[in-house]
Amino acid sequence: MDTPRRIYFDYAATTPVDKRVMDAMMPYFMEEYGNANSLYALGRDAYRALEDARERFAKGIGATHPNEITFTGCGTESDNAALLGITARKSPKGGHVIVSKFEHHAILEPAHLLEKRGYEVTYLGPREDGIIHVEDLVAALRDDTVLVSIMHGNNEIGTIQPIKELAAAAHQRGALFHTDGAQTLGKIPFDVAELGVDAASFSGHKIYGPKGVGALYLKRGTPFEPQILGGGQESKKRSGTQNVPGVVGFTKALELMLEDQAEESPRLAALREKLTSGVIERLENTEQSTDVDPAHRMPNIASLLIKGVEGEAMLLQLDNLGIAVSTGSACSSGSLEPSHVLLSIGCPPEIAHGSLRVSMGRFTTETDVDYFLEVLPPIVERLRSMSPVYDRMFGSSAR
Amino acid sequence: MLYSDKVMDHFNNPRNVGVIDDADGIGEVGNPVCGDIMKITLKIDDDTIEDIKFQTLGCGAAIATSSIVTEMARGMSLEDAVAITKKQVAEELGGLPPAKMHCSVLATDGLKVAVDDYLVKHGREPIAGEVKSADPNFDPHADEDDHDHDEACEL
Repeated sequence: MDTPRRIYFDYAATTPVDKRVMDAMMPYFMEEYGNANSLYALGRDAYRALEDARERFAKGIGATHPNEITFTGCGTESDNAALLGITARKSPKGGHVIVSKFEHHAILEPAHLLEKRGYEVTYLGPREDGIIHVEDLVAALRDDTVLVSIMHGNNEIGTIQPIKELAAAAHQRGALFHTDGAQTLGKIPFDVAELGVDAASFSGHKIYGPKGVGALYLKRGTPFEPQILGGGQESKKRSGTQNVPGVVGFTKALELMLEDQAEESPRLAALREKLTSGVIERLENTEQSTDVDPAHRMPNIASLLIKGVEGEAMLLQLDNLGIAVSTGSACSSGSLEPSHVLLSIGCPPEIAHGSLRVSMGRFTTETDVDYFLEVLPPIVERLRSMSPVYDRMFGSSAR
Repeated sequence: MLYSDKVMDHFNNPRNVGVIDDADGIGEVGNPVCGDIMKITLKIDDDTIEDIKFQTLGCGAAIATSSIVTEMARGMSLEDAVAITKKQVAEELGGLPPAKMHCSVLATDGLKVAVDDYLVKHGREPIAGEVKSADPNFDPHADEDDHDHDEACEL
């Protein structure tokens, strides 16, 4: 099959670098290449660029002080540092930690490590609507709860969590609150003061910035034990020579997101609605992964369950036509379990295998959505016709 | 994780898809919870596989291994057909990613169950031996394959 076009529908995985971001970064590779920690002019110039970016980044997320921003190597590093660094300083001998069941592995894996280190971890489940409900968090909180970490926007099903209310509930019991903002930063309002969080993680490449740079917001006074040790850069919170071009690019990317947000967010939400309703109209036995109100969905993520097909087969067929999407199917991940996110909202494994995540962004057009709606149905119908069990499982009626 | 060109060819243009009406032997293995189900139907004459068709619900590797096993088994004696190993299936496809080796088990198991189904229907002894994935409680995790579980989910 030839490739008539190339349509990228996986912006939640990563994004292309925006040209304006690239232009902002370029001087810091070959001209202003100094080490921001050196005292001579070249170093001072790099230092100024770094600190200017820090100030602008802080402003972009509503932080009070620039030194509340620590630049890191990626979103995963920020998540790891938040979980391990805060617990290590606040309660080094153990205690209770709460994370949601549908966190990214960058939170779940350090949570498992905390268990090995003697902490008790509660994995708090969302309800069927894909939301962590405040009363469920309240019930899970204990007097010895040190830290709660719940993501702002879920990367697979796109649901937005009530962070402000969740953080307030945690604080009432004396626990600190961290949120992973990698998916939502720049896409919907994210203001650390408004949300009332103590710590938050961000990633550059999710917002048309470069890969290899992240940020960790730590509210002033938040206990934190550095996890990367060395020359004491980033106010001793994260050693390692700062990635000046990366930080400059990340900051520029954030500013561009904020400039466009008021127009871009509703534009993408309309495309998401068109795509989801279009798929459901054209294909029997399909539905959204949650039926939460659209106000609680990220504008750019459509999460669909296409029953009776396997996600990887669908992904490969779409790829043949130049369309890039994601699936929560076990077979796409190299593990044998379907997506832990879908299982956490009560989606049966046999349905989760047929999940499809379509995530849109700056360069997605309505024509792309139209093309997708045109090519998906024959792919699904063909795969269903090859299945020995489709008629038996779904033939007469839906689940 | 990369599929060989031959895997992609069999996935995109699967051979022998369908169901043989009045099949002499039928084998269905796998279960929907694991995500892979395969059904093989056979036409058998003089203990030789005259015709073979498959239907598969599953990933690219599951469909490709099903397709190639039908090509391999056509014209074979029943004895030779049940002796096809998952390794031979994978080799015939130019290799499979380690995490996908269990898919080739499904293909060989489907064939084995179909052959035994024919034999038992005719009052003869089954020859394929135990077939793990025919069990509805089959757990691919318990399989002692050289799975590679290191690849993290990219989502």
